[in-house]
Amino acid sequence: MTPREFNHVGEEALRFEARDKVTGRAAYVHDLELPGMLHAKVLHSPWAHARITAIDASVARDLPGVKAVLTGEELPYLLGLYMVDKPILARGKVRYQGEPVVAVAAVDEATAERALALVRVDYERLPAVLSVDAALAAQTLVHEDIGRLEYIKGAFFPVPGSNIASWHKTIRGDVEGAFAAADYIMASELSLPQVAHAPLETHVAVAKADPCSNRVEIWTSAQSPFAVRNLLAKAFGLSHNEITVRVPFVGGGFGGKAGIHLEPLAVALSRASGGLAVKIRATREEECNQLPCREGLRGRIKTGVSRDGRITAMQVCYDWDGGAYADYSVNIGRAAGYSGAGPYEIANIELHSRTLYTNKVYGTAYRGFGHLETHWVIERHMDMIAQKLNLDPYELRLKNLLREGSLTISGERIAADSGRPDHCLQAVAKEIGWQGYRSQAEREAALKSGKARGKGLAALHKAPAMPSTTATAAVMQLNEDGTVRLMLGAVDMGQGVYTVMAQIAAEVLDLPLHKVKVVAETDTDKNPYDWQTVASKYSFMGGNAVMRCAQDVLRQLKETAARVLRCPVEELAHGGERIYHVHHPDKALSYKQLAVGYGFENGNGIGGPIIGHGRYIAEGLTNLDANGQGLPALDWTYGAHGAEIEVDVETGEIEVIKIASAFDVGKALNPALARSQVIGGVVQGLGSALCEQFIYTPEGRLLNPSFADNKIPTAKDIPGQIVPILIENPQLDGPFGARGVGEHPMISVPSVIANAVYDALGINFFELPLTPERIALAVAKQENQAG
Amino acid sequence: MREQPSNTGETGGTDRVRLSCVVNGEKVSALVEPHLTLLSFLRQELKLLGVKEGCGEGECGACTVIMNGNAVNSCLTLALEAEGARILTVEGLSNGGGLSALQEEFVKHDALQCGFCTPGMLMSARALLDRNPDPGTEEIKEAVAGNLCRCTGYYPILEAITAAAKREREGEQR
Repeated sequence: MTPREFNHVGEEALRFEARDKVTGRAAYVHDLELPGMLHAKVLHSPWAHARITAIDASVARDLPGVKAVLTGEELPYLLGLYMVDKPILARGKVRYQGEPVVAVAAVDEATAERALALVRVDYERLPAVLSVDAALAAQTLVHEDIGRLEYIKGAFFPVPGSNIASWHKTIRGDVEGAFAAADYIMASELSLPQVAHAPLETHVAVAKADPCSNRVEIWTSAQSPFAVRNLLAKAFGLSHNEITVRVPFVGGGFGGKAGIHLEPLAVALSRASGGLAVKIRATREEECNQLPCREGLRGRIKTGVSRDGRITAMQVCYDWDGGAYADYSVNIGRAAGYSGAGPYEIANIELHSRTLYTNKVYGTAYRGFGHLETHWVIERHMDMIAQKLNLDPYELRLKNLLREGSLTISGERIAADSGRPDHCLQAVAKEIGWQGYRSQAEREAALKSGKARGKGLAALHKAPAMPSTTATAAVMQLNEDGTVRLMLGAVDMGQGVYTVMAQIAAEVLDLPLHKVKVVAETDTDKNPYDWQTVASKYSFMGGNAVMRCAQDVLRQLKETAARVLRCPVEELAHGGERIYHVHHPDKALSYKQLAVGYGFENGNGIGGPIIGHGRYIAEGLTNLDANGQGLPALDWTYGAHGAEIEVDVETGEIEVIKIASAFDVGKALNPALARSQVIGGVVQGLGSALCEQFIYTPEGRLLNPSFADNKIPTAKDIPGQIVPILIENPQLDGPFGARGVGEHPMISVPSVIANAVYDALGINFFELPLTPERIALAVAKQENQAG
Repeated sequence: MREQPSNTGETGGTDRVRLSCVVNGEKVSALVEPHLTLLSFLRQELKLLGVKEGCGEGECGACTVIMNGNAVNSCLTLALEAEGARILTVEGLSNGGGLSALQEEFVKHDALQCGFCTPGMLMSARALLDRNPDPGTEEIKEAVAGNLCRCTGYYPILEAITAAAKREREGEQR
């Protein structure tokens, strides 16, 4: 038996909060009640695009039980993380069906709803922009004032007089020359619709404003307590010290609860109600058509390929159906600019990524942050190149994958410890028994039998998409008995961050895991700063901060111990909850003896309470220049999926028999929790692949804002088998070598399914989702053409 | 025994009606509006906040409770339909201070992440195991098909229910 490398890192520790969650004791903002708390409801725009000509809320204001009625005219604020373009309530015009127009706070929800029914709003309808083509045509503008909006300069590029919220360009190499020299040129166009995040807990916020000062307290189901505080402070002109944001357990986020959402409206209503607490809770319908979704995308790609399958040139245009506000989504467009060619070495590239305003529900981060979308384009296109060149798509990918020394499309050199996409692809190909495409004869025989099987592959990569100076911190305090309280800025919305951070702390301090308590509510007044819990960055950044924090605690313990033991700090070591002399291990003090200061026999005290802190700021990242060149990536996590599916030729239904999914996580800090992320992410990806989409009427009304009409996978829809594979090529600056993997399992799932469908049917699909209807119609069309 | 007037829902002058039932083994009696849902009754009147609302439309299963042995969406059930009924919620699952086998297996198999669907999922599983102590995978899938989970991908949940069933069959107290 080999000795274990670590005591806690790599251990399959059970998540800390699980006991609270199986007993119903875990408290969410949905469950929060405060004395005298009011309930708010919102009136929504019935139109995708319309001018508000009049609002009469006088009758509603007089209804008994109504404490506040607000319209956009009383809220002259704009909010946004990257693009400051989103009003709290519509002002002047509405830009999507579902946009909040009037809000009421009343003694209960029913009274608030009755009040809203008494509000009269007059609209003058405007032509609506409902497609990327309509957005580009710019006959109608969603935001006329695009040139005056505030945004992060240098990172985003809005185009005044258009519907382009940001136009990101990546230009590298000699694209024209490479296309001229290419043996083959392949072009495709692929698209995918908007999709709902569908957390089981809808967005909810409670705010309580102090009537005598500027102070406000907020409880919210959010991924971003510090970003909420920051954006609210900016918009309302408050000091950060005047705002307290508390985030208890969060019932699912997936990116949809990053940034700022219902909090400002709750604050405004509380102020308007004289400081009573106000709760605003989205219904399931509002979760779909008021709160943001994943953007739609149309990708047009053209590649130059050599006879032996080297991709020598690439031209891509990503047009994002971003919806009415680009608050967060311009950064998705930017992320596509440096990762939107997939995990491949492409020397000559011209990439355009345009975040477009449309009169639809607005887009935001959704698990994978644009990568599921861009990989739909890239990984389908790769298979189509293989088909055209009569190559094995596995070999084609291997030939072009990034490797040590490769340059990414933003000019970053891949290092020896950056991870190995080839290992991921090899692992999944082996797991599903990949042997190349089946022959046309095999396909035809299968079609006749009514059940067609196929296999597919797809690769992926993603780095955290975040500002280059993104930072986090951890604080650790020793209790009198030598146990530890660890405070983080991160939010645990189910990914298991508290458990993993406790494992890291216990590892460094050499403590039993149960002696580390992670304080399980993020409170901006008490917890140390973290930018946001997004981007699969916390294991890496928070992990490093917690390591440094624990090292700081050890340093302080040793400083006090050195004085007591009368020896140099350098001769002290730690282990077994003690600080001891390396040569005389019995010369030792326990953590408990040092925790809040050491007391000598004569009564003298030294040291004092041990409080450690650790900081981490993304190191070595740069902005991107005008050609999209620079170092935006803290760590790349590579991955691949292999899938086997069976298509019912008559009904068009796809049964997923098996998916193998491999990720180079560097080091699995908690393999059980990492596998949980993989399994959950793959099934979420299957939703995007097979059934989920927003459907609008021609006028822009969302038709399916419910679980009844917008199906997400149920227990009956899961594949026969999911095989998570964790590959560990450590990254030297990651905590114990680790990289993030929270979002990645979802990326490329639609691609791998469609690639397997091609193998089964010999038909390429260019749009998502792969509904039975879409498959059956394509099969029928192919039969008609053949017949 | 609790007795309290309902202050929930519309105050439109409807006559309140007496509701008597047994919730988690405790007798409950209250005056409720006729249109009050069982979900609102449990959450707002009895403060059983483990019962979650994910959609309020009977589509997600987060509000599932057991009524007279059947798993029901409490958001689609009127409180008055529970007249004389025995109701079990997640709060009633534990054995005294300890977790039941079902709860323990959910923890061991990492059958939850955000935890918001968990109470409803547990109740659907409990109702299944009460009527069928040895369910096959397809039966388990069928039993929880009305409980949406966006985090786990369901596999760990199916494993946890299978493991709990085995322990219960082997004589362990629920």
